[in-house]
Amino acid sequence: MYGRKVKLRFLLVLIILITLILTTILILKSLEENVIYFQSPSEIKLLTEIDESKIRVGGMVKKNSISINSNEVSFVITDFKNEINVTYSGAVPNLFAEGKGVVAEGFLKDRNFFSAIKILAKHDENYMPPEVKEALGEK
Amino acid sequence: MIYSLVGYYSLILGLIIGLSLFYFSYKNFNNSNILDSKILSFTFLQLFFVVISFLCLILSFVVSDFSNETVFNNSHTTKPLFYKISGTWGNHEGSLLLWLLVLTLFIFLFLVRTKNQPVKYKILTLVFQQIIIIGFFLFLIKTSNPFNYIFPTPTEGLGLNPILQDPALAIHPPILYLGYVGSSIIFSSVLAATTLKIISTSWAVHIKKWILISWIFLTLGILLGSIWAYYELGWGGFWFWDPVENVSLMPWLALTTLLHCILVLEKKSSLTSWVIILSITTFTLSMCGTFLVRSGILNSVHTFANDPERGLFILVFLFILIFLSILIFFFFHKDNDKQSFSFFWLSKETSILINNWFMMYFLSVVLIGTVYPIFLDVISSQKISVGPPFYHKLIIPFLIPFLFMMAIGPKLKWIKSQLEDKIYLISFLIISILLAFLVLKNFNQNILINTILISSALYLFFITLRDFFVKKYKNISQNIAHFGFSLLILSILFNNLFASEIITNLKVGETFENSKTKIVFESVDQKKEQNYNAIIANFSISNSNGEEDRFSPELRIYNQPVIATSEADIKTTLMSDKFIVINLVQNQDFFNVRYQVKPFMLWIWLSVILISFGGIVSLLQKRS
Repeated sequence: MYGRKVKLRFLLVLIILITLILTTILILKSLEENVIYFQSPSEIKLLTEIDESKIRVGGMVKKNSISINSNEVSFVITDFKNEINVTYSGAVPNLFAEGKGVVAEGFLKDRNFFSAIKILAKHDENYMPPEVKEALGEK
Repeated sequence: MIYSLVGYYSLILGLIIGLSLFYFSYKNFNNSNILDSKILSFTFLQLFFVVISFLCLILSFVVSDFSNETVFNNSHTTKPLFYKISGTWGNHEGSLLLWLLVLTLFIFLFLVRTKNQPVKYKILTLVFQQIIIIGFFLFLIKTSNPFNYIFPTPTEGLGLNPILQDPALAIHPPILYLGYVGSSIIFSSVLAATTLKIISTSWAVHIKKWILISWIFLTLGILLGSIWAYYELGWGGFWFWDPVENVSLMPWLALTTLLHCILVLEKKSSLTSWVIILSITTFTLSMCGTFLVRSGILNSVHTFANDPERGLFILVFLFILIFLSILIFFFFHKDNDKQSFSFFWLSKETSILINNWFMMYFLSVVLIGTVYPIFLDVISSQKISVGPPFYHKLIIPFLIPFLFMMAIGPKLKWIKSQLEDKIYLISFLIISILLAFLVLKNFNQNILINTILISSALYLFFITLRDFFVKKYKNISQNIAHFGFSLLILSILFNNLFASEIITNLKVGETFENSKTKIVFESVDQKKEQNYNAIIANFSISNSNGEEDRFSPELRIYNQPVIATSEADIKTTLMSDKFIVINLVQNQDFFNVRYQVKPFMLWIWLSVILISFGGIVSLLQKRS
């Protein structure tokens, strides 16, 4: 009925189509699993349950809140409405200081305690991450 | 003062010349036996004016003319001369002027160097390139004039961000831009060739040179940025899947694919649609890169000051260019290489086509990961970020067949082929697997996937290594580049698997000790330089073999602007890098210390150099 060539071409198109659909599904699925949501301390206070996935918390480092010992740095992130305590045991970026904007990545222990695995460095002293700006702007 | 005036009016003159070139091109196009000498001289004049303008900006920086807003914002009298000059392109306005300079330089070189191509083609390429150039002139003059005047003249400038005061970052933008902007000439000439329907093997030979030049510079530019991030940002990594890094990787992926396609076009005059689409994609991605970095839309660790109006301008401009190129593609391009598509499944064409699909897949992964957060922010104002696990999960598994294809593909012949020398292909495979297993057998984590990965990289390594010595037909440039790539993947894998890290907080005089490493924080010195004060910490670090190294990382506090930066101390050896960086958390006695041992770090850089060296060899072969 159909020639060998037509069949072959049909098969080729089918394979390409299936591959495309599969990769799209694959990409979307891993995207879903690997995105990190950003939340402000106030948003965390409103959470009904503590999720186990990695998140980012941003705001200002509260004045006089940084304390440090030989294996840990702890400080408070505030958006001037609510606060959250953060403990961190990694390397601290240069522009991390009291009264400056900060974004910490890690896991929530409960609504008041956050265990950070990374603190994001920013290049510019005047630069404020858009999320932090927005979180602070809502006050 | 005088420099700003001259610089500004040179820009205006350059713009006027650009407009007049349209007129000359139109006249010449209808009567196109020879290229009008006016066109060449006017293109040169345009280049000349842009160079003058650029020199004026450099001079303004050198003499610290703070009546110029750009200089005021980005310079300071105490800055060393070298960084005064490099500060010229370390900011938005200056870097765009550099874009423009490279744009005009490339079209001039193109007109001079292109021989044996129809005159109409040259003129049309010029017209398309001028559209881009004029767009950038307007952008520069309207939204980001580097010669804005401020009165009263400030006595001191605001200074350059200290992390930009670095030799690698001084030459990184020009090199990267030569790659980015080099793709503009490919874009213009592809559009011209499509319109005139002259895409053929001889055209492919001609355009391949330009693709190679652009590709080499882009590769080296990315390398420099990566090296800089490694030692300056203090994280000890070389790639963070950060949006700003991704936007430079995307054009590279597209350009690399294009480079492979053009080989097919050169030999077999097929895959023309691919070549056109990829050329357009590469340039669009380069433009997008500029747009995303400059508009402030991206939330990145590399973000510098930015301005939404600029973003809008580039976005509109970008849409016009994409629209124009799609229009040309659909109206003028007739896919007439149907007959040559009939190649056997086992052939060089197929393997390059498969390579294309893989590269397109990698490209879309990077694209989605970069753009999705922006997209989600716009539609739902939800802030997210996509981390490295996303890229690793989606790219690494596909790297395995990709590496095998890279090893076997070049061995195939055009149209129809058979695998010869099966014995050594298989024996190398077995050796690779055994070797990978041997290296990893004491390693309990993810052993399966790592063994397969390393085997496939080793396989490519051995096959390309063998090809250096025995080969029936030599394709040395391809061989070098593929060998470099296998080395790159191997170094990255070993680097990741066997890296170790210690992060601790120490006071002066304290000691950190674990089973393998002993870190003694001996003393602190101070140093005063012209533009910064430094705290130098002295460490002595010994490992379990009794080897002892002395390190003195610095913490610099720059005076203008007042920013602290950490200068890592790195001991590079052939097999591994030892990397230490310190930071002081405010008003505390503790120093935050990060010590890393990174195996094969040097080999990552060397292999990328090797890859681009492959490109250089190919370029030189064509010349002779």
